[in-house]
Amino acid sequence: MAGRSRWDDLVGRRAPEALRRGLTFWRRSIQARVVVSTVLLSAVVIAAVGWFLLRQVEHGLVQRRVDAILAEVASENSQAESVLRGTPGTDTNATRQALNFVQGLSVSGQARGFRVVMVSPGRPGQRLQDRGPEATRRADLDSIPRSLIDHFDALGAEASTSHTAWTFTTLKGSGRPGHAAEVPGVVVGTVVSFNSSTTSRTLYYLFPLDDVQETLALVTRALLTAAVLLLLLIAALTYLLTRQIVTPIRMARRVAERLAAGQLQERLRVAGEDDLARLATSFNQMATNLQRQIRQLEELSRVQRRFVSDVSHELRTPLTTVRLAGSVLHEARTDFDPATRRAAELLQTELDRFENLLVDLLEISRFDAGAAVLDLDDVNLTDVIRRVVDGTRSLADQRLTRVVVRAPETPCIAEADVRRVERIVRNLVTNAIDHAESKEIVVMVAADEQAAAVAVRDHGVGLATGDSALVFNRFWRADPARARTSGGTGLGLAISLEDTHLHGGWLQAWGKPGEGAQFRLTLPRYAGHPLRHSPLPLVPDDAAEVVA
Amino acid sequence: MSQGEDFRARVLVVDDDAALSEMLSIVLRQEGFDSHVVERGDEALDAFHAYHPDVVLLDLMLPGKDGIDVCKEIRAESGVPIVMLTAKGDTVDVVVGLESGADDYVVKPFKPKELVARIRARVRRNDVPGSDTLSVGPLSIDVAGHAVTRDGQPVSLTPLEFDLLVCLARKPWQVFTREVLLEQVWGYRHAADTRLVNVHVQRLRSKIETDPENPEIVLTVRGVGYKAGSSSGQQ
Repeated sequence: MAGRSRWDDLVGRRAPEALRRGLTFWRRSIQARVVVSTVLLSAVVIAAVGWFLLRQVEHGLVQRRVDAILAEVASENSQAESVLRGTPGTDTNATRQALNFVQGLSVSGQARGFRVVMVSPGRPGQRLQDRGPEATRRADLDSIPRSLIDHFDALGAEASTSHTAWTFTTLKGSGRPGHAAEVPGVVVGTVVSFNSSTTSRTLYYLFPLDDVQETLALVTRALLTAAVLLLLLIAALTYLLTRQIVTPIRMARRVAERLAAGQLQERLRVAGEDDLARLATSFNQMATNLQRQIRQLEELSRVQRRFVSDVSHELRTPLTTVRLAGSVLHEARTDFDPATRRAAELLQTELDRFENLLVDLLEISRFDAGAAVLDLDDVNLTDVIRRVVDGTRSLADQRLTRVVVRAPETPCIAEADVRRVERIVRNLVTNAIDHAESKEIVVMVAADEQAAAVAVRDHGVGLATGDSALVFNRFWRADPARARTSGGTGLGLAISLEDTHLHGGWLQAWGKPGEGAQFRLTLPRYAGHPLRHSPLPLVPDDAAEVVA
Repeated sequence: MSQGEDFRARVLVVDDDAALSEMLSIVLRQEGFDSHVVERGDEALDAFHAYHPDVVLLDLMLPGKDGIDVCKEIRAESGVPIVMLTAKGDTVDVVVGLESGADDYVVKPFKPKELVARIRARVRRNDVPGSDTLSVGPLSIDVAGHAVTRDGQPVSLTPLEFDLLVCLARKPWQVFTREVLLEQVWGYRHAADTRLVNVHVQRLRSKIETDPENPEIVLTVRGVGYKAGSSSGQQ
């Protein structure tokens, strides 16, 4: 049983494995397909030609042999008859005459390889054995086909002397010693009459055709050998020819792959001026153009990055001065008259807004320039959430809402940039506080081996259908009439989305009007690993049945 | 102010922007600090020698000499706390600044309270009274004397690095998260930039470990933080 099951394993696994590899090779290799199809087509043509040749040779050989046999029969007959006529007519015993006749033939038959059977004419349908046959050794009566016997029976007494008829047959047990028991042969029938008797006798010569058969076998073998050699030659030729075409193509593929992988300096070697060389030239031109374009884009991106960095520095220093001055004025506002005091307050709050907007804009342009980089470490998302919730408590209190954390006992770890993750979570939580309409907000966190996720659920105004894709757009507002209250810049979620993409994660939104919204952040456990699922559902459990 | 009338901490401001420097002086004076302004990088070291500041506020982009180089020069001869003023919040700039010897940084534009809190945290060393001597592995720490020796050889640490080491060494094998270290050593709450901790741990290691790549005294606990451990105390 064990052996059986192991064998089943072999068949069940390795055989399809080998088959699959074979099929893959077949699908991928033009060379294999061209060689195999050329060889198959050639084999069909060679088989047809070979078959035709063989037929022709066979026909010619048999025809010539039969002609020779008939001539031989004629000469034997006349020779034998002249011998008969030459003998004195005293011997009137026809049977004895016939015996002498056959014995005479038997001598030459032994040398020439034919046998002789002589029978008296009989009734139609009568077996030869019952007609008093006189036969040389090893002459098999059953080898004489019925049709030939009937032919001579039909002629009957009218049969003229030396009338001959022949047919093909199979000689049974009459082959030469050491040869096959059955060989193809020719039976020639003729009519002889003796002086002593008015009745004529039918004489059958049995000629084996085994020499023809042997010649044919030899020719067949030669043809087969030639065919196999020819096929091998064709296979080798096709292989070499396709290799000449396929090798440059494969080289081009490898170079294209390297180009795609970013090695822009890779080029094909151009040799000669044929089609392949021109293909290589065009390919190289394409690569050069591509390289130039990419260089230009890189240069642009570098300039852009530099510009952002310069603007950042140039703007930030005066803003810091204004900021400090504003604070000094704000601190001293109690000494001012009401109008100036209010102005100082407005200056302070608007400076906050201006600063946030500037910071967000610079962050976005850094993403656009591709200058954002990750500072990776193992981050416990539960810790991040608790910090964010602590940090936003005053805002939540101010908006008369509460943020509840639902976290598992075990740490929820993901490899991430803690500064960016914290910024994402803070954006999600402040966004939820903004839209919660003083209802409770729940922050959930979960993790497994592949991913970690944070979901922020609010029960506020919710999102209209189709809006869940738009919320991440820059400066997007659900309701343009709604005032921004928490001082959000309108870039928070857009930055969060960029931060998430930088980690290779997902940031998704779900919402229904009047039922609140849920934002879910999913990060891969290890940065760069592809995400396939999230440990938390996007549609919250309490809303699932509504959707279903 | 808490130090009393007779002691006003001295702050050396190195910034090329005249308006900002003047504004900083105003704010610092209001908060009870003495300040001196230098506008060029190549004049910073001389001013440092002449003024004997308690804290240095250092802009990174300076005429004459780069802020990073000034930071390295000051650090080469003194452990005086240095707070960088940077216009770039990028990881690379901040890390380069911290690695060149700065204790802390503020990103422009900052709020005056934020800056003052950081200066106060640097000036008011969170000295825990006690004349005890701690030992971690081959290190011997004289807490009161602010001295560290490794196998009898003195090791030169900045006050901040010393505080970090003492904090870890007081409770060996307890794991400190970066946030706890920020609070206990730097004196911040919710100032969540843990890069500060990372860079300073690296710098501390480069001074006290035989092989900073394979630390034996300050160990990383992946996903949590750091702890002090000694190979001799290990089972």
